[in-house]
Amino acid sequence: MREITYRQALNEALAEELERDPNVFLMGEEVAEYHGAYKVSQGLLERFGPKRVVDTPISENGFAGLGVGAAMVGLRPIIEFMTLSFSLVAFDQVVNNAPNMFMMSGGQFNIPITFRGPNGPAHQLGATHSHATESLYANAPGLKVCTPATPRDAKGLLKTAVRDDNPVLVLEAELLYSSKGMVEPPDEEVLIPLGQADVKREGSDVSIICYAQTVPLAIAVAAQLEEEDISAEIVDLRSIKPLDEATIFNSVSKTHRAVIVEQDRPFCGVGAEVCYRIQKNIFDELDAPIIRVSQEDVPMPYNERLEKFVLPNADKLMVAVKKVCYA
Amino acid sequence: MQRAEQRDEVEMLALMLLIRRFEERASQQYQAQKIGGFCHLYIGQEAVVVGAVAAVRDDDYIITAYRDHGHALARGTSPNACMAELFGKATGCSQGLGGSMHFFDKKNHMYGGHAIVGAHVPLAAGMAFASKYREEDRVTICFFGDGAINQGSFHEALNLIALYKLPVVLICENNLFAMGTSVKRSTSLKQIVDRAEGYDIPGDIVDGMNFREVRDKLSEIVTSIRKDPHPAFVEIRTYRYRGHSMSDPASYRTKDELEKYRLDDPIIRLRAQLTREGKLTNEQFDALDKKAKETALAAVKFAESSPELPVEKVYDYAYLNGPMEPGRPRPADLEQKRREGAPAPKAQS
Repeated sequence: MREITYRQALNEALAEELERDPNVFLMGEEVAEYHGAYKVSQGLLERFGPKRVVDTPISENGFAGLGVGAAMVGLRPIIEFMTLSFSLVAFDQVVNNAPNMFMMSGGQFNIPITFRGPNGPAHQLGATHSHATESLYANAPGLKVCTPATPRDAKGLLKTAVRDDNPVLVLEAELLYSSKGMVEPPDEEVLIPLGQADVKREGSDVSIICYAQTVPLAIAVAAQLEEEDISAEIVDLRSIKPLDEATIFNSVSKTHRAVIVEQDRPFCGVGAEVCYRIQKNIFDELDAPIIRVSQEDVPMPYNERLEKFVLPNADKLMVAVKKVCYA
Repeated sequence: MQRAEQRDEVEMLALMLLIRRFEERASQQYQAQKIGGFCHLYIGQEAVVVGAVAAVRDDDYIITAYRDHGHALARGTSPNACMAELFGKATGCSQGLGGSMHFFDKKNHMYGGHAIVGAHVPLAAGMAFASKYREEDRVTICFFGDGAINQGSFHEALNLIALYKLPVVLICENNLFAMGTSVKRSTSLKQIVDRAEGYDIPGDIVDGMNFREVRDKLSEIVTSIRKDPHPAFVEIRTYRYRGHSMSDPASYRTKDELEKYRLDDPIIRLRAQLTREGKLTNEQFDALDKKAKETALAAVKFAESSPELPVEKVYDYAYLNGPMEPGRPRPADLEQKRREGAPAPKAQS
C-alpha cells in the first residue's frame, strides 16, 4: 500500500481502464489538452492520444448523448462532466436515454457508459454550481450511482463502473480531490463492487450512516464523541444504488440507533430512502427515532457564513447523535 | 452488401406498398383499441425511408424519431414483429416493451425509434463516432422531422458531428408540420436546409415524393462519405396524409393542400415510372398490392395470437445481468415467497 491523493487514484483508474480495453474512451470538456478542470485526466492525452481522450465543446447534452450512442454500438465511454451541476444540462440524455434504452429495446441495447465528475457542494460556488445530484439520479431506474469518499474507494469504484454493462454515475467528492489515503500499488488490481457499503469505523452506541463528503465529517465527529464516551460506528454507503441494506441493517441492529448525514438536500433525499428501509425492515431493533442531517432546504447561498449554516456540519451532527443517544 | 443500383425498383415499390398497407391496418387496430399509447403513421412519406434504404448498405446504422414503423419495415424487420410490438406482445421487435415509438432491431441495424424530439441526434453522432473510432466505412443515417431542428440537442449534435467530421447523413423529413405547428410558425429560416450551413455541413433539398430522386441523391452522398468520413444534410420534402398521431384530425391544414399532395403520391409516382418503362404491368402491381394487404392482415393475426411477457420478467429489463442489488432477491421473488406457494402471476395471452 502507498499513500496517494483521491485525484491520483481516479487518474490511475482511468489510465488502467484505457490501457485494458481499447473500447474505452474518455470524453468531456477540457479533459485532454487542459488535463481536466480538476487535473484528474493529467497525462492521459499524452499517453493514449486524441482518439481516446477527447476534448469537447461546451455541449453537455450533446456529448453525453454522443456517449450513449457510442455505447449502443459497443464502445465503453467515460463521460466527464466538469461538475455534476452541469450534468443537469444533459439530464435528458442521462435520465431519459441511457437508463431507458435497455427496457425500450426489449433487452437489445444495454448502455455500458460511465458518467463521472465532481459532485456536491464545494466552497462558495453559489447555487448553480453546488448541486448534489445523487438523489436525482438514484431516482431513475436503470442507473447505478456510487459516491466514493476515499482514494481507494474512488479507484476501485471507478474501475468497476467502467466495466459495468449498465450506465453508472461515479459522483466524485469535489472537496476531497486533494485528500490522501492508502491504496494498493499500481500492479495490484483494485475493484470495489457496486452495492457494498464499508464500515469505516466500528462502534457500539450509534450508527452514523454517511457517504461522500460527509464521511470525513462523520469520522471527525466520531473522534469527538469518543471523548464523551459515545462509541459511533461509521457506515460509508459508497454506493447509493444499488444500496447495501445488509451492512446498514447489521450495524443498526448492533447499535440500535442511527443518524444519517448526507451532503444532499433533505426532500426526497438519500437519507429518506435509507431511513424508510431501516424502519420497514428492522423497526424492532430501533431504540430511538432515526434523525437525518442534511442541507437546509434552500438554494445554496454564496456568503461563506450562510453557506456553512446551510451545509451539514459537525455541530449539527453532534446534536443529532446526542439526541438519538438520549445523552 | 448490396449496391444501390442492384436493388430492384419493383421490390422497393413493394416495400412502399407494405408500409402503406401496414399503417392502414395499424390505424384500424388502433381504432379497435388493440394498440395502446400513441400511434404516429408514416403514410405519404414512404419514399423517404425506402429511397434511403435503397441507397445504403445493410450494415449501415439507421436511427430515427418516433414515426418509426416505416423505418423498421424498410430495414427488414418483419411485419409480424412490428405489429406485435404495437400490440405490446413478447414477439414484438422490442418484446412489447417499447411500443409504437420505440421500435428497435439490432440484427437489422435499426437503432430506434426515439420519442424525445431531437434527443436521438446526439446518439447518431455517437454511433458515427464509434464507426470512425474503429475505422469502419459504415455510414449512420439519422432521420428526424422538421420539428427537431429547433431543439438544443439537435444543434449541439450538429456541431459535434461537423467538428469531429463524423460519417452521418442527417435526413430532415420535412412534412411541413411539427405536430400541428407549420414550419412557417416554428422556424426562422426560409428553408430548413440552411440550418446545415450554420455548421458548415453540405446540404441538399430533395423531393421526398420521388423515390428515385431520394435514392440517387443519398447514393451519391453515401459513396462520398465512405471515401472520406464527413457529415451531410438532406432536407427531404414530404407530406404525411394522416394527422400527427391517431388523435389528431389535422384541422390546421386545408383539404386542398392534402389533395394536392395525394395527387403526387410516391407510390403512384414510382408505379407510373415503372409502367411507362415497361418494367411493371397493372396485373403485377395489383399482385404486389394484394400481397402487401395480406401480409399486413397476417401480421395482425400473428400479433393477436402472440403471448405477452410474464409480469415478473419486468425486473430483467432494468439492468443487464440480473437483479440490481447483489445477493438481494428481486421483489418478484419476495412477493412469491410471501404468498408461500401461491402460483406465480401468469402471462396474459
